[in-house]
Amino acid sequence: MVFIARGTGFWVGNVKMATTTDERILDVKELRTYFYTQEGEVKAVDGLSYHINKGESVGLVGESACGKSVSALSILRLIPYPPGIIVGGEIFFQGQDLLKASEADMRHIRGNRIAMIFQEPTTSLNPVLTVKRQISEALELHRGMDKEASLGETVRLLKLVGIPDAEQRAQDYPFQFSGGMQQRIMIAMALSCDPALLIADEPTTSVDVTVQAQLLEILAELRDRLGTAVLIITHNLGVVARYVDRVQVMYAGRLVETAPTDELYSDPKHPYTIGLLASVPRLDSERKKSLRIITGLPPNLARLPGGCAFHPRCEYAMDRCRVEVPTLEKIGEDHLRACFYDADKLHKY
Amino acid sequence: MSNATENLVEVQDLFMYFPVTAGIMQKRVADVKAVDGVSFFIKKGETLGLVGESGCGKTTTGRCILQLYDGMKGKIIFDGTELTELKREQMRRMRRYMQLIFQDPFASLDPRMTAGEIIGEPLKVHGLAKGQEYRDQVAELFRMVELEPFMADRYPHEFSGGQRQRIGIARALAVRPAFIVCDEPVSALDVSIQAQVIILLERLRDELNLTYLFIAHDLSVVRNISDRVAVMYLGRIVEITNADEIYSNPLHPYTIALLSAVPIPDPAVDRTRERIILAGDVPSPINPPRGCNFNPRCSQAMDICREETPELKNIGGEHWVACHLVK
Repeated sequence: MVFIARGTGFWVGNVKMATTTDERILDVKELRTYFYTQEGEVKAVDGLSYHINKGESVGLVGESACGKSVSALSILRLIPYPPGIIVGGEIFFQGQDLLKASEADMRHIRGNRIAMIFQEPTTSLNPVLTVKRQISEALELHRGMDKEASLGETVRLLKLVGIPDAEQRAQDYPFQFSGGMQQRIMIAMALSCDPALLIADEPTTSVDVTVQAQLLEILAELRDRLGTAVLIITHNLGVVARYVDRVQVMYAGRLVETAPTDELYSDPKHPYTIGLLASVPRLDSERKKSLRIITGLPPNLARLPGGCAFHPRCEYAMDRCRVEVPTLEKIGEDHLRACFYDADKLHKY
Repeated sequence: MSNATENLVEVQDLFMYFPVTAGIMQKRVADVKAVDGVSFFIKKGETLGLVGESGCGKTTTGRCILQLYDGMKGKIIFDGTELTELKREQMRRMRRYMQLIFQDPFASLDPRMTAGEIIGEPLKVHGLAKGQEYRDQVAELFRMVELEPFMADRYPHEFSGGQRQRIGIARALAVRPAFIVCDEPVSALDVSIQAQVIILLERLRDELNLTYLFIAHDLSVVRNISDRVAVMYLGRIVEITNADEIYSNPLHPYTIALLSAVPIPDPAVDRTRERIILAGDVPSPINPPRGCNFNPRCSQAMDICREETPELKNIGGEHWVACHLVK
């Protein structure tokens, strides 16, 4: 049976081919990406498993150096070697293990079937090429368009992301746009080939809160219209609350909890998630109510503690936690967590 | 604007324009109007939050209060003394009462000095302690920011971001100031560490009776720690009132939009809020719009908004707004 599914097709020349797909378009299994540095082996990603369904938007949340960006770069095989290397695991995208794919296959996938937008648009856009050139490059390469067709499509995409005076502005260079506009150009580039999956790595960290709101509204709108699956990588719990269907919390290179957004916020079941949510100031909380803090510091990935990486900071740590690494277990319909402590005995704040 | 004797800091008609020069002769061709007519006061023991997006002039305002720029216009009155009229040596001695905590814990510490040297330097500069007394005070400062005194011999790169920020705080406290400008002190830190540092700042403020100007772009952070909040846009204050009021009864369209843009980390609550998405980008402070500088992005702009700059008016209690729509 052949489905014509939006956002999940691929192109041969100018013709969009249909394809059957699983519910899952991305399935990461036990991914391990290590970096070999002067300090030793840094286990940036250390047994990460998760999946993304067709058309879903997922938030990958964690603090700096928890491995979230490295995991995204691993999916696209963009880890620089040396010093980084994907040492284990499987990454299935639309049924194909990307870690076994050839470089030629990966080139066909990058920018085409999986697209990525980065945190710093000023360093991700080529400063010496016009916006038109940068967007049409992907169109010509992956969709086989000629110059005229690609220009028309470029302008259409720029209008889609809300760039005013798109025809004239397409001839401009990135530096002639503000940070927020540059991010939109990146979004336009990423969506130009109708990817099945869009990875947004901290897309709003370097922009102001009002521009952040604009960008996320665009992403949400486009996702609804085009059916693209989106992976938003961020440390901002507020952004995640508003814009994703499911949240995955990472700590020290592993997933510690995952659940649908509403459930994660109303009923978190991992001590780290609970601590994180309690330590974030909120606009609607009682003013002057003290924030809870998680004692201690995030771990050094070159010197991880034995057992559960969170145990030195965990108020529930037991002997078992110091020696055994907990694996993800199902504790609800779509709710997984990696913890030995009895979920019902955790107190929330 | 208020009872003068209870104010520690008074800012009157502050202007700070940075020149834009061009050509071989470095001719001044334009100005970046970073601060474009700002007046406010901070009471003794109070924390005033100053919020706004990047480029609105909040950091420049903080630094102008500390007299860190040449070329500013206006008056800064600190504990009754007009700072702009002091001679260099007099101002230097005043500086021990007003300190600054920086945003970037990596750029604000000298990498070639040990933590102990960094924290103790102000004591030496102001001649406040020598010998054993100096060592005791440095150790005490470490403890005050919840660091161990034995870390005094380590260099900044051996500390984490949150710890470096604590060193910066200890350095500011070394001279026992009355007033501290906290310039986005937690923005560069991880989420779980931000709470630690905010709680530390609150505790120190209560124990040492400090007055803070707390600059931030994160409204949620500012709300918790501040008594009053001022909102800046493109070099001007658009609204200022006590912290409860600014969140329960914001009046300026920019304040309202800013608040609605901040997501609440609770999807059930966040869904019930109205969302106002501003059109366009923040204009350049080199060429701000005529009249009310927010008018191009304001959905309720009237003709007068494009002609006349609205004055900051008291509309009751401590609430001041600069908007033609508000009576």
